[in-house]
Amino acid sequence: MAAAPEHRPTFAALSLGDRLARAAPFVLIPALVVLGYATIGSTSSWLTLTVSGLAMGMMIFIMASGLTLVFGLMDVINFGHGAFISVGAFVGVSVLIALGGWTGTPSLMLNIAAVLLAALAATTVTGALGWGFERVIVRPVYGAHLKQILVTVGGLIVIEQLIHVIWGPDEIFLTRPETLKGAITFAGAAMEKYRLLAVAVGLVLFVAMRLILTRTKIGLIVRAGVQNGEMVEALGYRLRLVFIGVFVAGSALAGLGGVMWGLYQEVITAGMGEEMMILVFIVVIIGGLGSVEGAFIGALLVGLLQNYVAFLEPKLALVSNIGLMTAILMWRPQGMLPVVKAK
Amino acid sequence: MTMHLLSGDRPRSVVLTVLLLAILAALALAPFLFPGVRSLETAARICIFIVLVASYDLLLGYTGIVSFAHTMFFGIGAYGVALGLTHMGSTPGAMLAGTLLGALAAAVLALAIGLFSLRVRAIFFAMITLAVASAVAVLVSQFSALTGGEDGLNYKIPRALTPAFRLGEVAGLKITGKVLNYYLVFFVSLALFLLLLRVVNSPFGRVLEAIRENEFRAEAIGYKVVWYRTIATCLSAAVAALAGSLFAIWLRYVGPDTTLSFEIMLDILLMVVIGGMGTMYGAVIGATIFVLAQNYLQALMGVAADATASLPLLPQLFDPDRWLLWLGLLFVLSVYFFPTGIVGRLRAGR
Amino acid sequence: MSDPVLSLRGVCTDIAQYHILQGVDLDVPRGGVTMLLGRNGVGKTTTLRTIIGHWQAREGTITFDGADITRLPVPARARAGIGFVPEDMGIFSDLTVEENMVLAAASGPLDPARRDWLFSVFPPLQTFWRSSAGTLSGGQKQMLSIARAMAEDRTLYLIDEPTKGLAPAIISTMAGALKELKAQGASILLVEQNFAVARALGDTVAIMDDGRIVWTGAMATLAGDAALQERLMGLSMEAH
Repeated sequence: MAAAPEHRPTFAALSLGDRLARAAPFVLIPALVVLGYATIGSTSSWLTLTVSGLAMGMMIFIMASGLTLVFGLMDVINFGHGAFISVGAFVGVSVLIALGGWTGTPSLMLNIAAVLLAALAATTVTGALGWGFERVIVRPVYGAHLKQILVTVGGLIVIEQLIHVIWGPDEIFLTRPETLKGAITFAGAAMEKYRLLAVAVGLVLFVAMRLILTRTKIGLIVRAGVQNGEMVEALGYRLRLVFIGVFVAGSALAGLGGVMWGLYQEVITAGMGEEMMILVFIVVIIGGLGSVEGAFIGALLVGLLQNYVAFLEPKLALVSNIGLMTAILMWRPQGMLPVVKAK
Repeated sequence: MTMHLLSGDRPRSVVLTVLLLAILAALALAPFLFPGVRSLETAARICIFIVLVASYDLLLGYTGIVSFAHTMFFGIGAYGVALGLTHMGSTPGAMLAGTLLGALAAAVLALAIGLFSLRVRAIFFAMITLAVASAVAVLVSQFSALTGGEDGLNYKIPRALTPAFRLGEVAGLKITGKVLNYYLVFFVSLALFLLLLRVVNSPFGRVLEAIRENEFRAEAIGYKVVWYRTIATCLSAAVAALAGSLFAIWLRYVGPDTTLSFEIMLDILLMVVIGGMGTMYGAVIGATIFVLAQNYLQALMGVAADATASLPLLPQLFDPDRWLLWLGLLFVLSVYFFPTGIVGRLRAGR
Repeated sequence: MSDPVLSLRGVCTDIAQYHILQGVDLDVPRGGVTMLLGRNGVGKTTTLRTIIGHWQAREGTITFDGADITRLPVPARARAGIGFVPEDMGIFSDLTVEENMVLAAASGPLDPARRDWLFSVFPPLQTFWRSSAGTLSGGQKQMLSIARAMAEDRTLYLIDEPTKGLAPAIISTMAGALKELKAQGASILLVEQNFAVARALGDTVAIMDDGRIVWTGAMATLAGDAALQERLMGLSMEAH
C-alpha cells in the first residue's frame, strides 16, 4: 500500500500562523492592563481598578459562558438568558437575608456557608427554570431565529414581572457577610475582599470549564457539536440531551452570576438581568459566538475597560463597551475566536 | 385612484376592509367625533404608532430581521424636534430642521449599525441594536445639559399648533391650533403609511421578501443581500424618526420614558405581532387595538386588583403596574399560536 | 443475498420544496461493497443522508438489520451499527486527530489494538495524532473521516465519495483501506465517481437517475457492457 505523501512543512507553517492568530486576542488583556497603567498614572488607583475590572469581567464571563455554548450547539439565541441572572440574584439574596444570623457574625465559616447555600439555592432554581424554559419556550421554535428572539424576549418579560409579583416592586438592598466586607491594602491600593473572591471564583470556574471541555467526553461532544452537530449525531450521540444539559448548566451559571453580581452591587432589581444582558451580548459577540475562551477574554476586556474609563471619564463608561465592540468587529467581523462551523 | 394610493395592495378581506375604513374614518374625523382632550390624545397616539409600527414591520415582517433599536430611532426624531425648537426658537423652520436632521441622523446611525452587523450575521443585528439602544438611552440620561436627562425637555411649538390659537368654528367644533396640530399628525402619518405601502409593493419590497424567504437563493440570483437589508434598515429608521418628530410636536415634551424606553420597544413588537407581520395593514389594526387597550384596560386591571384585594397573589397579578406581565404572556402566545396575526387570520378566513 | 442488511422501499425525500428522492428501492446485501452510481445531482448523497437520518424520508420504509429505522433519530441509527462518512468529511477541525477518534468510539474508550490497526491502514493519523484536525491536508482529512467510521465495528458503512479531489497516491491508500474493511466482512454502500476505484471495489451496483434506482446488478455485468454504461450513466468506464 502506498503511503500518503507528507506535506509536513506546509502544515507546520499553517499551524504556526493559526496558533498566532488564535493567540492574538489573549495578548489584548495584558495590553489593556498596561495601557490602563499608562493613562491612569497612579499605581494604587490602577491596581484597585484592575482588580475591580477583573472581578466584574469574571462575573460577566460566568453569566455569558452558558449563552455562547447554547448558541454554538443548537444555533439558539436566548434573549431570556438575563431572566436567570435576576432570578438567581433574588433567590440567592433571599437565602442570605433568611440566614441573617450567619452573615451578620464575623465568623468566616458561617459566612462562607451562607454564601454557599445561597449560591446552591440560586443555581438549583435557575437550573430548573432553565430546563422548563427550554421545554416550553425554546423547543417549539428551533431553527427559526426570528421567532426565537421574539419568544425568548417575551419569556424574559414574563419572568421579570413574576419577580415583581413574588418579591414586590422595589429593589432589595443587602450587605455582604461580615468577613467579606472591607478591603485589604496592598502596595498602597485598597482591594475589596469580595472582588478578590469574585476573581478567584471566576478563575476556578473558567479552569474547571476548560478541563471539562478538553478532558471529558461530554466536553468533546460539546466542542465537536458546536462545529458540526450533524456529524456528532451521526457518530451516535444524542446531541439534544447534551444541549439540554448545557442549557441547564448555562442557566445555573447565569443564576450564580446573578448572586455574585448582587453581592457586588449590594442591591438587586428585577431589571438587573436585562441590563447585564447587554454586556453579556457584547462579550459573546466580540468573543465569537460559541467560543468559551472568546467569552472569557471578551468579559475581562469589557470589565477592565469599563472600570478604567469610569475612572477617567465616568460618562463614557457604558459607551466604551460599544466602542470596544466596534473596534473588535472591525478587526474580526466574526469575533475574536470564531468557531469554525462546518458547512 | 384608491388602488393607486394603496399601490395595488388590497386588504384582501371584506372584514379587514371594513375595519380599515372605520379606523380611517374615525381618525380623520376624530376632533369632530370625539371632542374630549383624552380622546384626541388617543387618536393622535394611534396615528403616530401606526407609522412607527408600520416602519418596524418593514424590517421585521418584510425583511425578516429583528431590531431592538426602533425606539432609539423614534427617540432621535423626537429629540431632533425638541432640540430644534429649544435652540432655534419655536418657528416652523426650526421644527422642520429638527425633523429632517433627526431623520437623517437616524438613517446614518442605522447605516452604521447595519453595515457592521448585517454583513456578518443577521442575528448579530438583534444583539447589537439592543446594546446600542441601551447605550444611547444611558447617554441621553447622562448628558442632561443637552437633553434634560431623566426629566426630558419641555419646549414651545409654533403658536399655530397650540390650543391658544383659534381659527373659528366648523360644524360646532372650535378649530384651535390643537386641532390643526392633530391634522398635521394625521395627514403626515397617512402619507408616511402610504409611502411605506408603496415601498413594500415596489420591486425593492419584492426583493426584500425574496431575501426573507431564502437568503441564499436571493444571493445566488445576484442580489446583494446586505445592501438590501441595510437600505431597508435605514428607511425604516428614518420613518421611525419622522414618527418620533410628530410625537414630539404633538406632546410638546420629550423624555427618555416616552420615547426611548425598552417598554415602548415591546409595545411595538406586540403591535406588529398582534396585527400581523409582513402585512402593513397589520400595523393599523395592531396599533389601534393596542393603544385603545392600553388606555382603557389598565384602568380595568386596577378594578380587578381592588376586587380581589382580599385574596392572595391575585391583587399583585392584577396590579396595573403588572400590565407588562400580561403583555408578555400575550406576546409569547401570539407568536406561537397566532403568528400571522389578525390580518393573517382575516385573510385566511375569507 | 436473500437477507439484505439494508433495504429501502419507495423512499421519497424532499429538500425544501424539491422532491429529490422519488421512490428509491434499494437492497444492500450483507457483506461486500455496493456501489451507488449515477450522474451528479440524481440523489446519491440524499439517499445516504436519508439512510442515516439527516434528511427525513417523507414516504417509504428503511429497514436495517431486520428493524424498521425510518422514523428513528440519527443517533439511534448510528448506534444500531451504521457508520457514516459524509461528502464533506465532517471533520471536527478544532479538535485534534486523537480527539476526533476518541469521539468516534461512541460506546466506550477507543480500543488500543483497533487504533494500532487504523494506524497501519492510515499511517498519517499516527504522525499527526496530536495535531489539530483542521491542519490536515484534504487526503488526510478523508482518511480521518473513514478511520472515524472504522473506530468501532459497524454492520454497515455509508461512504460518500471518499476519493473526491484526491491525488492518485492517496486514492490508492483509500482504496486499500476500503479493501481491508471489506475483508473484515463489513457491508459498504459506497458513492463513487472514480470508475477505476468503483470497478476495483464494487461487488454489486445500483445506478440512480432522477431520484430513483434505475438498474441493479453485478459489477461484472456493468463493467463488461459498454453500451449499458453509456445508456445508464452517459459515460463509459473504458474512457477512464
